[in-house]
This record gives sequence, C-alpha cells and structure tokens, in this order.
Amino acid sequence: MCGIVGLFLKDKSLEPRLGELLTDMLITMTDRGPDSAGIAVYGNDNEGRAKLTVQSSAPDADFSDLDRDLGKALDASVSIRVKDTHAVLDLPEDKLPQVRAVLRELRPDLRIMSAGETIEIYKEVGLPEDVAKRFDISALTGTHGIGHTRMATESAVTTLGAHPFSTGADQCLVHNGSLSNHNSLRRELARHGVEVETLNDTEVAAAYLTWKMQTGSTLGEALESGLDDLDGFYTFVVGTKDGFGVVRDPIACKPAVMAETDQYVAFGSEYRALVGLPGIEDARVWEPEPATVYFWKH
Amino acid sequence: MQTFDLEEKGLRALHETLRSVGPDSNETAWEVVNAKGSHAIAVGLDAPLDVTVRGSTGYYCGGMNKQATIRVDGSAGPGTGENMMSGKIVIEGDASQYLGATAHGGLIVVKGNASSRCGISMKGVDIVVHGNVGHMAAFMGQSGNLVVLGDAGDALGDSCYEARFFVRGKVKSLGADCEQKEMRPEHIEFLKAILAEAECDASPEEFTRYGSARKLYNFDIDNASAY
Repeated sequence: MCGIVGLFLKDKSLEPRLGELLTDMLITMTDRGPDSAGIAVYGNDNEGRAKLTVQSSAPDADFSDLDRDLGKALDASVSIRVKDTHAVLDLPEDKLPQVRAVLRELRPDLRIMSAGETIEIYKEVGLPEDVAKRFDISALTGTHGIGHTRMATESAVTTLGAHPFSTGADQCLVHNGSLSNHNSLRRELARHGVEVETLNDTEVAAAYLTWKMQTGSTLGEALESGLDDLDGFYTFVVGTKDGFGVVRDPIACKPAVMAETDQYVAFGSEYRALVGLPGIEDARVWEPEPATVYFWKH
Repeated sequence: MQTFDLEEKGLRALHETLRSVGPDSNETAWEVVNAKGSHAIAVGLDAPLDVTVRGSTGYYCGGMNKQATIRVDGSAGPGTGENMMSGKIVIEGDASQYLGATAHGGLIVVKGNASSRCGISMKGVDIVVHGNVGHMAAFMGQSGNLVVLGDAGDALGDSCYEARFFVRGKVKSLGADCEQKEMRPEHIEFLKAILAEAECDASPEEFTRYGSARKLYNFDIDNASAY
C-alpha cells in the first residue's frame, strides 16, 4: 500500500498555493504510507537556466562551497538553495549534460534526485508531515506537482527507495503497487546498458520508461508499451515539464480517484486526499479506467 | 432527523451512537455530515435505521449491514456494503471497486456507475446499477442478482455459481463458464419488482440474462490444464 497525490493547475492564480495544497493532500495519505515521503514540484521556468536537485547524507560538508566549486569547474554562474538534506543548484541550461560527471568528481557521495528546467524532487524517510516540514514544501510554488507516501514492500526503507523517481530531464514517476517482473526487467535493461541503482521495483519501471524514451518513444508510447512489459500491480502517476499523466494496470486493484474543475486536475489514491481542494464539491470526480493512459498538458 | 457531525465527533462516536439506538426509539433517522471520504462509515449496523451520509465516503461504508437503510449522497469508496446481510444501501453517485463483495442479502442501488469487481463472490445480495459496471463483475458470484442498466466490462460473471446477471446494455466479454440464458416470465416479474424498488425507469424486456454454464462446478479431468 502506498499513497499518491497529484495536482496539475490550469488556473495560474492557484500557483502560489501549489505547495500548500499538495502538502495537505500528502499528509492525508499518511496511513497509506508512513515509511517515507517525497514530492516533485514543477516551478517557474527561468529562461536559459536549469535546476539540479541533489541529496547528501552529509549536507554540511557536501553543500559547503558547492556553488563556487561547481561554477569554477563548469566556468559558469551557479547558485545554490540548501534545504535540509537536499540542495537545488541553479545553472545554465547548456551545462546540464556535463554536470553529472563534474559532480561525481567534486562530490562523489552526492545523489542526484532530479535534473531539468523546472523540476525539483525532495524525498526522505519519515512521516509525510515531517518530510514536508523539513523541506518547507508548503511554501513551494509552481504549475504542477506529484507526491507519494510509501509503505515499503519490495525493497528497503531508504531515501533512494522513496518516490518520486526521476525518469529523465524534467520527468518523474511515482508508483502504488508492486511489480513482479522487475528482476528480469532489470537484467534486460542492463543488457541495453541502462543502470539501476537500487533493488527497488519502481526504479526499474522508471528506468524502463527512460530507456523507451531514449530509444525514440514519446512518454505516452512508453507508458503504452509498459502495459505489455511491466507485470504486476501498479497505478503510476508521471510528471513532465508541462504535463501530468496517469496509468493503471489492467487489473486495476490499486485505488485511484481523479477530480477535474476549471482550475485543476487532481489525483488521489483516495477521495479523502482531495477534500481540501477548492471547489471539490462541484468537481467532476471519477476513477481512471484500467489499462488506459491519461495525460494532461499545459 | 438527528444530525451527526463526523468531522467533529469522530467515527467511534458515530458507531457508539448508532448502535445505542434501542428497538423502541423513534430516533431512527440520522444524517451524517462532513463525511469527507472517511473510511468505514455506518459499518455493522443492526437496527432498522435510516442513515443518510452527506458527501462521498471512503472504504467499506455500510459493511456488514443488517436491517438499516444507508444512503450515500455522493460517491462511495472501495468495498462499500461488503458482506452486507440485509437492509439497503443507495449510492447517489458512483461506487468504487468490489461493491457488495461477499454480501449475503439486502439491496444495493448505485445511481451512477460501479467500477471493477462489483458483486465479487456475492452470496445472495441484489445489486442494481443504473449506469455501467467495470471488469470482473460478480466474479465467483454464488447467489443473488446483479442488474445493470448500462454496459458491463470484461469477464462478466467469471467462474460464477448460481448468481443471476441481467444487463440492459452491451457486455464487453463474458467470463469463464458464464453464458447468455433465456428470459423466462419469472425473470420479467423479478425485474419488474426490483427495478421499481431501485427507482429505475427501465423496461424488464430490454434486459438479457446471463448465468453459469455449470461446466466448472465439478472436477473434470479434461479441464485439468485450466485449473
């Protein structure tokens, strides 16, 4: 069991409240997933700049002078925003392809949570309320976001085992369910040169989607082929720079409720997660169909 | 009518209140407000109460109900009316998965659609859905009736026993050992009565009946690979 929440704003006037609304939704899903929590938020686009979210188990040492060191190595202007165990590095967009290799040299123990123009991913072990507080999620603004509360079944309760998983630049995936063919798929992906860091099943699904997209599929096509290649139970919610998608396996026993108004499209593992949203009383509320890819775009 | 604020007083107090209504009490009509998708509302009632829940409900509303009439003025979450014994549940909106699972008796009416596994392992309950039902409806249904005014999804009545299914719209596919059957006068009579009780404006003649082909009842060596 896990909890998923998602909010895709259509009405710009709600953007300042994105973090606050998502935080409430996330905390409501605590009893579906008290082990760890995470959130991906798509903030405002800063022309020509990119964001890299990194995580460290020794943030004081790792984040100290990181902006200066990275700026020097990349010969570019880099700024840093430290939030507890995470830091968001702001750098020129054209430096994004080389930054991973440079970081590996500079701070070998850093973990990259997300990379892209607008995405920031924060995730840690602990109760959703505590995790949200540590990263001050409620103060975040943006266009859309996805959150996850985890009750671990397939692998250890660790920061890297928490969701969301990054699936590529400005892309992320969260999962409720369990995949039964993740070991064979992990080996299959390894044969194609795709590395998966943990024993977590969802990370394999994320890597699968990334690999599909690197080999020419759109996200929609990658999700469609996932319906054939991923065996097990899943409700997936995915985020892209300007979009938000949902897909459930053909059996669809993992719960999912959606709500749509003129102001937003919202996802919750349960209706409970949606009750605090503005205008929910008059929203169109429905359950996404099994084996059907849903996608909304700005 | 008595009003109970669920958000303010909590679920335990609701059940203590509803279960303490004595047989001679005239306070049998209750309205539960601020449901907000909470789980297990009005579960295990055993008195002829009339409970109306304002707003949508979460998991297992009306589970194990005996005698009471429960109305959900919204949509209902997974497992609504699970193992109901008697009484009635009316859902104004949609119902989530496994509505009325293993229910032994009574009537469940859904004014909207019901999703997957509606009436799974039903054991005597009657379920009337004004809209559509999802896949695997009445899986392993043993007795009772599932009446669908709209369409049914994949694998209707898979591995069913003696439950009966009446569908007015299209059936996407029939499950293993489920087949179409003839409509006899007693079925028309049954539908006439239950459609009236479920506030449906539909003609019994428009329905098709489905039920068990009774080929999976007993072990058959020729079916060994299918078990």
